[in-house]
Formats: sequence, structure tokens, C-alpha cells
Amino acid sequence: MRDQHTDSMKQPILEITDLNAGVEGKPILKGINLAIYPGEVHALMGPNGSGKSTLAAVLAGREGYEVASGRVLYDGQDLLELDPEERARCGLFLAFQYPVEIPGVNSTYFLKAALNEIRKHKGQAELDAIEFLELVKQRMELLELGEDLLRRSVNEGFSGGEKKRNEIFQMAVLEPRLAILDETDSGLDIDALKIVSKGVNTLRRPDNAQLVITHYQRLLNYIVPDFVHVLAEGRILRTGDRQLALELEDKGYDWLLKEQGAAR
Amino acid sequence: MMSTATETIEGLVQRDYKYGFYTDVEADSAPPGLNEDIIRLISAKKQEPSFMLEWRLKAYRHWLTMKEPDWPHVHYPPIDYQKAVYYSAPKRRGEGPRSLEDVDPKLLETYEKLGIPLKERERLAGVAVDAVFDSVSVGTTFKDKLAERGIVFCSFTEAVQQHPDLVKNYLGMVVPYTDNFFAALNSAVFTDGSFCFIPKGVRCPMELSTYFRINAANTGQFERTLIVAEQGASVSYLEGCTAPMRDEHQLHAAVVELIALDNAQIKYSTVQNWYPGDEQGRGGIYNFVTKRGLCKGRNSKISWTQVETGSAITWKYPSCILLGDNSIGEFYSVAVTNHYQQADTGTKMLHVGKNTRSTIVSKGIAAGHGQNSYRGLVKVQKSAVNARNFSQCDSLLLGDKCGAHTFPYIEVKNTTGRVEHEASTSKIGEDQIFYCNQRGLSTQDAVNMIVNGFCKEVFRELPMEFAVEAQKLLGVSLEGSVG
Repeated sequence: MRDQHTDSMKQPILEITDLNAGVEGKPILKGINLAIYPGEVHALMGPNGSGKSTLAAVLAGREGYEVASGRVLYDGQDLLELDPEERARCGLFLAFQYPVEIPGVNSTYFLKAALNEIRKHKGQAELDAIEFLELVKQRMELLELGEDLLRRSVNEGFSGGEKKRNEIFQMAVLEPRLAILDETDSGLDIDALKIVSKGVNTLRRPDNAQLVITHYQRLLNYIVPDFVHVLAEGRILRTGDRQLALELEDKGYDWLLKEQGAAR
Repeated sequence: MMSTATETIEGLVQRDYKYGFYTDVEADSAPPGLNEDIIRLISAKKQEPSFMLEWRLKAYRHWLTMKEPDWPHVHYPPIDYQKAVYYSAPKRRGEGPRSLEDVDPKLLETYEKLGIPLKERERLAGVAVDAVFDSVSVGTTFKDKLAERGIVFCSFTEAVQQHPDLVKNYLGMVVPYTDNFFAALNSAVFTDGSFCFIPKGVRCPMELSTYFRINAANTGQFERTLIVAEQGASVSYLEGCTAPMRDEHQLHAAVVELIALDNAQIKYSTVQNWYPGDEQGRGGIYNFVTKRGLCKGRNSKISWTQVETGSAITWKYPSCILLGDNSIGEFYSVAVTNHYQQADTGTKMLHVGKNTRSTIVSKGIAAGHGQNSYRGLVKVQKSAVNARNFSQCDSLLLGDKCGAHTFPYIEVKNTTGRVEHEASTSKIGEDQIFYCNQRGLSTQDAVNMIVNGFCKEVFRELPMEFAVEAQKLLGVSLEGSVG
């Protein structure tokens, strides 16, 4: 696959080498290799329990996930050495599968604090309330979010669709270098799916990248990936282009698993 | 290997109590112990009229018959009341008229360090301060300016000497010396405090404030505050307190009485930051306080707002007696217990008059091994037609070694009364912290943000400057309480 990269001289944003990781001593990821270059959109598909969300959690630095061996480089530095907040400040963003409610904490205030942490890290001046609100207004239109969401507490009482849209909205404001979307499409109706996809597509730039984790092919009708990886039993079984996703939809994951079994 | 900085929730680090310094001043102290001679000595030092001494002695004799309450949900070794010192005052330099200019510069410096400048030029704009150091008031700012409107704001000692009739009339009206063990003790030995009198129709043009500082070792602080708002008068009063860090426990037993006549309003805000003891539970103030307001007149209103972050033990129930028809009582409270702190705090709302209304919003935060109890009584008497109460008690737990307890008591003797009680207990979840981390916020900032969000309804009741201070204080109090 590497030869397909338009500019092979470019350094990958994310480079995972032989990553083995698990929870409570139970191995889940068994030798993951993956490189994501600037400007690319990768889709990670796979059946339930294949380790998709574990990979997202390990990359974001969630507590309780143990890396047994392997290496993860992020813009050339050892990602696994960084605290979760440091990873975030370096531009790694995780859109949560289950966004967390934080009662009493105003959404605007929360997002402004987050953005300013990232700006501080980049050596940029912090935005004041007025500058921040201007930015927010701009980005809200993109996601067709109601302004009242910003006045409410973070995710509190949001519907499932609102929570997911809010994740993409936060992503639009924080402008990450690497965005990991963990099953952002689950629980979305078709209209919400379109809005979320539009947001993601608009945010796509030559200097950032996206890792889209999904169970269904459906999302990939709207977000067109450069690469599709199939994860099963803790390994990437196959990598292809969009065609692979369509094939999966047609034949199901069993097809690949059987093929893999036969090859063993 | 995976490295997450988030350690376990038990990872408590030493908390930084920045007011823990001690001022080295020469003190005029009574010998330790409590007896009638000590009480006579205090009264003589204060040059009190005889009615005060008699009142004190009656209180003392009553106290001897009383037992220390054992019902609060707090635990501490027995207090030896004969070991404490009941009077300690910084020695005055020479004789002559007492004004702020005569105050020992060391004392002025102390208050400056505490962020309460008393000197003319640097005073806090819009806030008049009475500074109480151990047993005595060292000075009161803006006294003359307030006097122009007929407002009396001075130390209790001065009030007894210069306004004996007012004191005689109101002292003990709300909290009689027979009220409870600690109130009786206070009545016998109280040494100073603040006195405010807002005459009919006057709205106090600035915040009034008392800053209490315990300095000397082994000294109890027993102060008394009395605030009277006459018909149509209104006042907002702030109270702040700190003490040096010591390994021994120190006793603080105060009494606050508020009296609001017809259409009068009193707003009383406290940010209590006594030394809480160290992370092992050594030292800290025992804070046994009786605070009560009397809505004596029609349409009167008394509002308590407290942010309790300090003390090893807090025993305190700022209450309202809603006597006047249509009167309103409010209680907004944030109580934080970290390390081995214990708090048993809440309020009593006693509805006597018609159409009386009360609101209780209590936010308890427990971290470390802290134990936080809300104890509240809402009592609607037969006479209280159409009384209304709304209570909300929320607890937030940080970690799994702490405890939150709620003891609500409701007594309704009039069928037209309506009493609502809501309660909740929540934990700061690791998923919440991680969510914040993933957006670039440190764990400490995340905790502060969540805690401040939790306390929002109370903080917005505080005067502006105080709200900012309270938020910062909460941050310091909970530093290191999570990961």
C-alpha cells in the first residue's frame, strides 16, 4: 500500500508498529501495523469485539489499557509516553462513541478552555470570549447545531444525535491534526449522518488526517476513505480501498474471517 | 509502556494552606482555664457595664449544667475546656485614642498578607472591614463614612460601651444563652466580634465585612456578631476566617444573630477557611458555631450563603426563624471536606408567620477521607398558613474513602404547607476526567471545572469578589484529591 501514497517522502502523522495491547491482562490488539499520512482518510472496520474501540482508547491514552509491546509514533514522537491531555494538545482528537455528560459545566466555557489549552501548547495567544464566540458561530453553521446547545451543560440531556454532532462540532473548533472518530455513525439517522459527514469532509485538509472507525459501510457513502482496513481478532486482516468496504457489505465479515481461517 | 499520569484516586498530595503563618506579637493573655474569675477578668478587660457581666455569669452557670451534644455525625476526642485560653489580645502600644493609625504595624501586615489591607489608601473599595485578631477587634474601616448614614459598624466591645441600649435590647434575642452548649459557652466568654445596626429605611451603601483571624496557640476564639436591620433597611455582610497551621486542635465557638424588622433584608455570606488540619488529620480548627436569623417583621428576608472549606470539624446550622408574615429565609451552602475533615452542617427553617417561604440549596463535596453530612430541619408551625419550602441537597464524591450523608427532618403542622425536598449523590467519574483530558484539560482543571459547575447555584448568590475567591479556594482545597 505504501507506494500509493502521493508523496512517500512525507512523514506519517501516525505510525503504529506491531502494537500489542489489552485490558486487565487480556490481549485484544495482536500486532497492529498502520501508517497514516497527512491528507489521508482511513476507515477502520470490523465486527463487534474486534478491537476497534480498544485501538482508539490506546491511542487517546485511556486509563486501564495496557500496551504490552509495539511502538506508536505521532509526528515522529513516542505517543505512548504522553499523558492523555498532552496528546490532545498535540492535536490528537477522539470523537467518543459515548460522549460523556458533565453536568454544571457550560459547553461554551468547556470548549473555550480546551481550545486555549491547545493554543497555549502551540505558542499561540489565547482567544478571548469575543474572538471565541465568533469562531464558534462560524463552526456551528457547519453542523447545523442550535445555539442553545452551547448554553447548556456539556452533553447533559442531549439526544444521541446531538451528542455525536457536538463531538464533530468540538472537532471543528479544535481543528485537530489527527481525528479519530469512534463509531460516530452509530445511532444516527440518515439526516444526522449527512450533517456529520459534511462536517468531517469540510474539515479535511492536506495537513490533517482522519481515522474513521465504523461498523457499517453506510458512513463511507458520505465520507470517502483513501484506505479501508478490516480489523478482526485484534489484527488488520486486509487493507484496500472503498471497494473493500462495499464487498464487506455484500458478503459480511464472515467471508473474510473464513478466508483467513483457510489461509491459516 | 503506556503511561497515563492519572494515578489512583487515593493519590492525595499535601494541600497547600497559604494562610498558615503565625504573627509574632506580644500578647496579653489570660491563664488557661475557665471559671467565674476568668469571666470577670474578660468583662473587666472590656470595661463592660454590669448588665454584661451578669449575663455572662448566668450563661456560664447554665453552661455548667449542659452536656456537649453527641448527635452530630462527627468524631473527635473529648475537649478539655480547662486547657484552653479564653482571652488573648495583642498588646496595645501605649494609651490614647484607638484608631487604625495606632495599630501595631505587624498586625496591619498580617491582614495585608491575608489580602485584607486596612490602611486608608489601600482599603478594599466598597467593603468596610472589621478585623478581629484572636480575642479582639484591631480596627474597623470606613466607620465614619457609614456613621454619616446612621449606620453603626464597630467591634462588639465598642458597641457594648457606646450603644449599650441597643446591645441590651437585641443581644440573645435570637440565640439565648440557654440555646445550646456551645452558644452558652460563647455567651459566657465571648471576647469580641462585630456589631452592625442599620437604621430604619437605610440601605447600607457598601458591603460590611468581618475578618476573623486566630493567631495565638491554645487559644479559643469566641466571637459574637449581631446585625440588626430596622424597618426597610438592608445590608450585605461578609465574613472571612483563617488561622495558622498547628498540630493541636483549636476551638472556635461563635454566635451570630441577625434580626430583620418589617421589610428589612439581611444577606450574610461566609467564606470559611479555617485551618483544616493536615492530610493525616493532625491539627485544625474545631468550628462549633450557632448562626441564626430572625425575620421578625413582615416581608423581611434573611439569606445565608456559606462556603465551608476549612476546619477539622464543622458543626454549624445557619437558620431562619420566619416569624413575620410573608418573610423569606434562604440558605445556600457549599461544604467541602478533604483529608480527614468532618462537616455536619445544614440549616433550620422555622415557619411561624403566614405565607412564609424558604429555600435551601446545599452542595456537599467530599474527598480523601472526608465525611460530609447535611442536616436540615424544615418546620411548619400551625400558624404558618401557606408556607412554602424548597430544599435541594446534592453531594459530590471524589474517590471512594469519603462519605456523604443527608439527614433531612421535616415537620409540617399546617395542611396548607408545601414542602419539597430533592437530593442527589454523584461521583466525579473517571470517564468525565478522561473526556476532559482528551480535550486538552489537565485532571486538576477538570476537577475544578466539574466542582465549580456543581456549586454554581450557590456561587452566584455570593457577592462578586467573594465568588471569585470562593472558586479559587475550592480549587486549592481539592488540590490533589483526584489522581
